[in-house]
This record gives sequence, C-alpha cells and structure tokens, in this order.
Amino acid sequence: MLVYTIRRLFQTIPVIIGVTLVVFFMMHLIPGDPAQIIAGERADEAQVEQMRDRLGLNDPYYVQYTRFVTDAAQGDLGNSVRSGRAVSSEIGARFWITVELAFYSTLLSIFIGLIAGIVSATRRNSFLDMFIMIFALFGLSMPNFWLGLMLIQYFALNFDWLPVSGWGSPQQLLLPVITLGTAGAAIIARMTRSSMLEVIHQDYIRTARAKGVKERYVIYKHALRNALIPVVTVVGLQFGVLLGGAVLTETVFAINGLGRFVVEAIRMRDFPIVQGSVLVLAMLFVFVNFLVDISYRVLNKRIELD
Amino acid sequence: MGNPKTIIDVNELQTSFFTSKGEVKAVDGVSFDVPSGKTLGIVGESGSGKSITSLSIMRLLEDPGKIKGGKITFQGEDLLSKSESEMRRIRGNRISMIFQEPMTSLNPVFTIGDQIAESYMIHEGLSKKEALKKSLGMLELVGIPSPKDRLKAYPHELSGGMRQRAMIAIALACNPELLIADEPTTALDVTIQAQILRLINNLQEELGMSMMLITHDLGVVAETCDYVAVMYAGKIVEYADVETLFKSPKHPYTVGLLKSLPRHDIDQDELEVIKGMVPRPDQLPQGCRFAPRCPFARDLCRDHLPALDNIDDKNQVRCWIYSEEWDGPEVNVQDDYGTAQSKQS
Amino acid sequence: MTTELLKVNNLKQYFPIKGGIFGRRVNDVKAVDDVSFAVKPGETLSIVGESGCGKSTTGRAILRLDEPTSGEVTFQGKDLLSLSKSEMRKMRKDLQIIFQDPYASINPRQTVRQVLNEAMEIQNVLPKNKREDRMLELMETVGLGAHQLDRFPHEFSGGQRQRIGIARALSVDPKLIICDESVSALDVSIQAQVLNLLKKLQKELDLTYLFIAHDLGVVRHISDRVLVMYLGKVVEIGDKKSLFDNPKHPYTKTLLSAIPVPDPTKKKEQIILKGDVPSPINPPSGCRFHTRCPFATDKCIEEVPDLRTSPEHMVDGHQAACHYIEEIESGEMKPNY
Repeated sequence: MLVYTIRRLFQTIPVIIGVTLVVFFMMHLIPGDPAQIIAGERADEAQVEQMRDRLGLNDPYYVQYTRFVTDAAQGDLGNSVRSGRAVSSEIGARFWITVELAFYSTLLSIFIGLIAGIVSATRRNSFLDMFIMIFALFGLSMPNFWLGLMLIQYFALNFDWLPVSGWGSPQQLLLPVITLGTAGAAIIARMTRSSMLEVIHQDYIRTARAKGVKERYVIYKHALRNALIPVVTVVGLQFGVLLGGAVLTETVFAINGLGRFVVEAIRMRDFPIVQGSVLVLAMLFVFVNFLVDISYRVLNKRIELD
Repeated sequence: MGNPKTIIDVNELQTSFFTSKGEVKAVDGVSFDVPSGKTLGIVGESGSGKSITSLSIMRLLEDPGKIKGGKITFQGEDLLSKSESEMRRIRGNRISMIFQEPMTSLNPVFTIGDQIAESYMIHEGLSKKEALKKSLGMLELVGIPSPKDRLKAYPHELSGGMRQRAMIAIALACNPELLIADEPTTALDVTIQAQILRLINNLQEELGMSMMLITHDLGVVAETCDYVAVMYAGKIVEYADVETLFKSPKHPYTVGLLKSLPRHDIDQDELEVIKGMVPRPDQLPQGCRFAPRCPFARDLCRDHLPALDNIDDKNQVRCWIYSEEWDGPEVNVQDDYGTAQSKQS
Repeated sequence: MTTELLKVNNLKQYFPIKGGIFGRRVNDVKAVDDVSFAVKPGETLSIVGESGCGKSTTGRAILRLDEPTSGEVTFQGKDLLSLSKSEMRKMRKDLQIIFQDPYASINPRQTVRQVLNEAMEIQNVLPKNKREDRMLELMETVGLGAHQLDRFPHEFSGGQRQRIGIARALSVDPKLIICDESVSALDVSIQAQVLNLLKKLQKELDLTYLFIAHDLGVVRHISDRVLVMYLGKVVEIGDKKSLFDNPKHPYTKTLLSAIPVPDPTKKKEQIILKGDVPSPINPPSGCRFHTRCPFATDKCIEEVPDLRTSPEHMVDGHQAACHYIEEIESGEMKPNY
C-alpha cells in the first residue's frame, strides 16, 4: 500500500509539470500583448517596452518558465493588474469558498446518486427504476445555471423559503449545492445502477445467496463494495466538471468564490489572476484524483499500478 | 425409485425461462432421487439443463427463470412450498453448493476467513471471533497449507486449486446433509482435479453427506459417483448405477456419448460421433428429443416422446427401442451404433 | 536435416515483471525456458501440460505473435525470427493458427464470406474471380453449407464456429497449422466431430499439426508424437504409443494417472501430487518438478536434468528429462508420498 501511494505520488509529477506548462503558455497564446494590456491602452511604445522588460517578457521562454514555477512554488503568483495586490492573497479566501461549495456538492451527489442507483438496480425495470432514470436524464441534461435560476425563482422568490444569494449560512448553502450537485448525482446514479447490475450477476453473488445470506446483505455487503469500484473513478472525474460548474453557480447565486472571480478577471484581462486561479484549481483537481486513486486501491484489492 | 432411504426426491421438475421470445423449457419433467449417503452424478452436455436442475433445488434461479411445476422433497420437507426465509435457513446449512469457477465464485473484496465465517455467523449465530476460529478448522480440514495466513488472504492471492478448497470449506462449514457440486473441477488442471475429487470423496465419507455431482466429464462420474442420470435437452434419458451405465448403456445418446469420448488409456481409430447438434431449447423437437441425431430413429421416435421406463431392474431408459411399441428391427444399441451411424445421412 | 518442417531450438520466452516505486523490471516470468523440438512434415506433434506450463506461449512464439526472448525457429529451412515484419506476414500463409475460442478471434461484424475473403486477400492466394468457388469448396470441406456463407459468427454454435476457424486457416493453403486448445471448449459429441474433421483434413491435404492441448484423451487420439511440458521445460517427448503406455518421467506418470477413466471397473492406482505448480517467476532449481516429485533427491534440487533416452527402457526417439529413469524403472528407487 505504501509503495503504491508513493508510486502514485510520483505519477502526479508529470501531470503537475504539464499543468504548469499549459498555464504558463496560456499567457502567451491568448491574443493581445500582456504588456500592452497591463501598461494600459494609451501607453506609448516606450512604456510598453518598459513594461515588457519589467515583466521579463523579453527573456527566453525557458527562463520565464523557470521563474514562473519557482515563484509559484513559493506561493508567489504575481500581482493583480487591477488591484496591484498579490494574486495569492486575492485568491486565498475565495478559493476556500469554492472548495467548500464543491465539497458539499460532491457529498450531495454521492449520497443521492448512490441511493438512487442502488434502488434502481435492485428494482430493475420497475416503475421506480424508470422514474429514477428519467429523473437522472433530466438532471444530466439540464444546464445548471438554468436549474439555479429555477430554484431561485421557486424556493427563494415565490415561496420565500430560502435566501436568493450569498454564502455562509446553511440556508444560503442549500440552493447552490443542489444546483451544482444535481448533474453529478445523475451521473453517479446511472453509473451505480449499471455497475450494480453487472455485479449482481457475478458468480460470487450467487455464492453468497447459496450460503443463505439475507438479500439485504447480499446487496449492501457483497455487491455494493464491488460495485463502488468504478463509481469512485467517476466521482474523481466528476469533481473536475464540478469546478467548471462552480463558475456559473457562483455567478447565479452571487457567491464570492474563485469561479466568479476568474470570470471577472478574464473580462478585465487580469492575466496574473487568471493564471494563478487556473493553476490552483488544476492542482486541486490533481490532488482529488490522487485521493480517489488511493481509495480505489483500498476498495479493490487486486489493482496493480502499471 | 424404490431406494429405502433417500435424502432428496425430485419429482417431475419443470423449470422454464420466460423470455420476450416465449417460454424456454430448460428442465422439462425431471425426476430422480439421491439415496442417503450416496453420490448421484448428473451428466450432460451444455444446454442439457443439468445446472438449472441444481439451481432449482436451491431455489436460486435468477429472472426470468421460474419453477413451473413438480415437487422437490428434501428429508420429507417440500422445498417448493417453503418461504424465502425458510429456504435461506436451508441454503449453506443443510444443502450446500460448490460452483464451477473458483476464480469468480469467491468475493474479491473479502478475505477467505470472512467468507467462511459468514456461514457460521448466519446459521449458528456465532460471534465473528468464534466463527473465524471455526473457519480456521475448516481450512485445515480441506488441506490448505498455512491456514492461519490464508484466513487473512484475499481470493486473488490463492491459486485455482486453493480457491476451490476454500469454496469447499465454505460449503461444508455447517455440515450439510446434501452437497451439490456443479462442475467442481472443470476449471482445474488434471493433477489438481485429482486432489479435489479425492478431497471431496474423503470428506463425504467422513461427514456422511449425500452428494449430487453435476458434470459433463464421464471420467469424473465413473470415478466418484454411485448412480448416474444422463440428461439431454431438459430430460433425463437414462438412469442407472454407475457400473451398469458404463458397462451396458442402453440409450443411444449415452452410447454415442461414451463412444465419442477420446480416451487416454486405450487406442481408438476413429471416434464415433453423434451427428448434428443439441437442439436449441426454444426449438425442441416434438417427439424424442434425441431423434434428430439418433441413428436408430424411426417415425415413432420423431412423433412421440417416450417415457422414462424401467427396462430391467438396473436401467431406466427413455427410448422407444425398449418398449412394446417399437416397430423396427431388433437392435443392440451398443453393438450396432457404429454401423447404424455410418448409414445415417 | 531437411526432413523437418519446423525446428525449434533453445526457445525462450520471458515476460518482464515490473515492480517497486519506479516500475523497473524486477524479475521475469520464465514462461518458456530453453525448449527444443522438431516437427516432421505430415505428422501431428502435440504439446501437453497443465496451465502455466508454457505450451500456448510456445505456439505464439513460433508464429511471433509474441516476440520470443531468444532461440531459433526454422520453418522449411528459413529462420523465422530473423524475418522482417512483412516477410513474416507472408510466411503466415504457410503457418496458420486455430484458437480455442474462434468467436474471440473472428470479427463479430464480418460474415463468414468476409472472414474467408479477407484471409485470402491478405495472402493474395487466389485471383478474385476464383475465390467464390474456393469458399464454397472450403465450406463443404469443413462440413458447413454454402447457404451459411453470409451469416455472422453469433449465428453459429461453438462447434460450427470452430469449423469456420478451420476454414479460415485452410483458405490460404497452409502447410502447418497450430491448433491452440482448438477443441477444449466444445462438448464431447461436438469435439469428436471436429477431431475427426481435423484428422480427415490432414490425410487429404497433407497437413502438419502442432497440436496444443491439456486433454490427454484428445492428444492420444490425434497425435503421432507427444511432448510434455512442465513449468516452461520439456520433461518428456516420444511417439504416442511409447509415451502413453510407457511414460518415463514421474510427471508424465502422474499426469496420466490423474485423468479420470470413464470405466468404473478400472480402479487404477492414482498418484496424487501434493501442492500446486510452483510459480514460473522463481522456478525451482535443478529439475523443476522436484518440489512435487515423489522420487526427488538432492541431485534433483541441484542439477538440471537433460532430455535423454535410456536405450534399455525406451524406444528410439523417446526421451525424458529425469536423472533417475533407470533407478525408478528397476525399482531401486521407491516413491516417497
């Protein structure tokens, strides 16, 4: 297990290098000259050149890249163009709000997805199964900003049960978490169902029944643990989708998270903020998938890393 | 079948699969019994219904399989009228089962110890600790080396032979009265098969169990069974004690089967074959199920299904040749099979 | 030595095992370890052994379906291992293989016609306009009807699919066919049909078979000569009669005694081995069978026995890799169960 963890940790290195490369070149691939933008539209040629010099844009790419990575490793992601403050401190608090939102949404989608999936699989082709699967299809195909707006419309405006926007109190959490978690719940429900249906026909399930195990235990003890194995992978991947979805959800609910902040920064062409945020979110994604792989290993005794 | 003491009596069992294309009769009126303490072999090729018969006894059929009719009497109790929870108390406790694929029949995410212990916890209400202790004893009994370590091992850490031993340990944990072994050695190498068969035989004697052995391997039957039922396309075509069946088989299918088996212990020139193939269960012939492949078949056979009848005090055969209605020339199936078959178009 | 169609010399097939934190090659699975034999034209040589003995790997290595680690494979005097990929592809016209499950090796979306046509197309065996006749002929040869040419593999039973596999192999007029457990998955009555077909085809078309199987009944029926493998090594080779009636290696003896005989009156002495086949990753030293052999001595643990004959006890061409053929034969050495 330790060897596995260490090996898996080593495998994140090329991914992290890849991420930093992409983020770094993003700056250069985006149309427009960063120096021009930072210096302002009315800056003359000399001022732009001076800015370019200050930003180190005249250095060869590898020098710039090395500088970027060493700085980033020390927590220095540059300064915001707009506010002039350090990117790391601008991102800081907002990052945790987004993490919180993503975390609760993931929990919700796992909880609902698993239960719905199991119920669906064990009552295959029943009315309930059909209902859940249709619902899941809706959950999947609904754009989440639209779902968010609908939730606001009904639960906040029409009935006035929950607050329209903001972040912090449990009441404020509810609507954004449902908005963001629904698609994930639908995917997990479908995955659990198909995985469960496959496992239920395995020989070892028949063995369990032949032993006289109660049906409830056959499902929740013998089948579920095996069925969870592919579901875990989906949860990891889903987390990435969730981070993307956070942008819209935060915008709809006016939550001061990283997602919304990035959108703002893109609009303002605040490159250092965009760069820093993407880097931080990518690292979070890498980290979550590392955790997923470790738990995958705990569930599945047979896995070998290749 | 007139045996003084039987452990299980299956009478006119009918099991069908109800698919979207209609009813598929997998087991169609099968009757047999297993004498106490003896081993009954059920032989047949794929599609003969032998495995479905055993799953029917355990009442472990999966959708869309259903027992349509018949009676299964186990120790005087009617299994088909029992509730699901009553059945659960019998499974793994009084009737146990071993399956063909040791590779897939054990749950990959639980240790061997956990999987054996579960039987004790369910049926004897033992605590996990006591159950594991008894499981250790079982592993010793089935001859697994260093049983203490194996208790904590996961199935994938064991070889095929060892897994089948673990399977046997699970099946025998609660001292069942009847053991149903469904192709227990088919997936194993011959030297390992020999070990497992000997183990099962020894344990049967030691524990005084009765046994049903389901297999396609006539060699395994000859070496382990006391009685044999030969199944073809959902019906028993012949039933006899093992020596009679191999020495003087009566049904043309049994004869053909024995003649088409390549032997390692004697020289054979060309194998006699059974022409054609097993009928699909959704397209069963109207008369004798074997008629389309039988070298002796006549119109009588093609039109009417023969009954399973005693032809002497040893063999029961489902074949018109041995009946009074037979309108063809007199045949000795065993001697004439080759010639009749070479004339068959 | 031009009498041999296929000659295999010191063939080795090692598969690397990776492990540790950096996934380095930490060891090898020695699947085939120094195997030599020859196949004469028109004969059937069978390779038998239990799972993991390397019999299928040997077949695959000969065809270079897996590139062998080292050794020599000569077919009609040509060194197969030195051929380029495209030369080897041409060579496969003469060297065909039939697998255990033809369903897995036939594209399920192709009809029989497409399967056969493609095989002929690749090897360019016949002009297009003659292929149709050839296909009909092939179907008849393997006992299928012309009307079945346009069906898909799933419409056939296991035995029929195996016939399609045979037809495909025959379509390019091969000289040698490697049958890798070709009848193992079939029911007895169907197996007999396919075995008879293979025998008939051999006579009619002058084919040579390398027959890989684990069922010794089947092997006795089809072979002229038999080679027994254990853990990647040849333990015994000889003509069928001599090997089955007069086995000399303790492993061959056990293997033969372990097979159940379909005759309840024949209660024979069964030798039951202890334990499992050891792992081919760290195979036992000396004779690989010594961990399970009832006759094993210190010499067996230390020295690898060569394949050899013992003129007093064995006929010409029958060889076994055991230090103690004579001692066991004379009863000087007693088994220690």
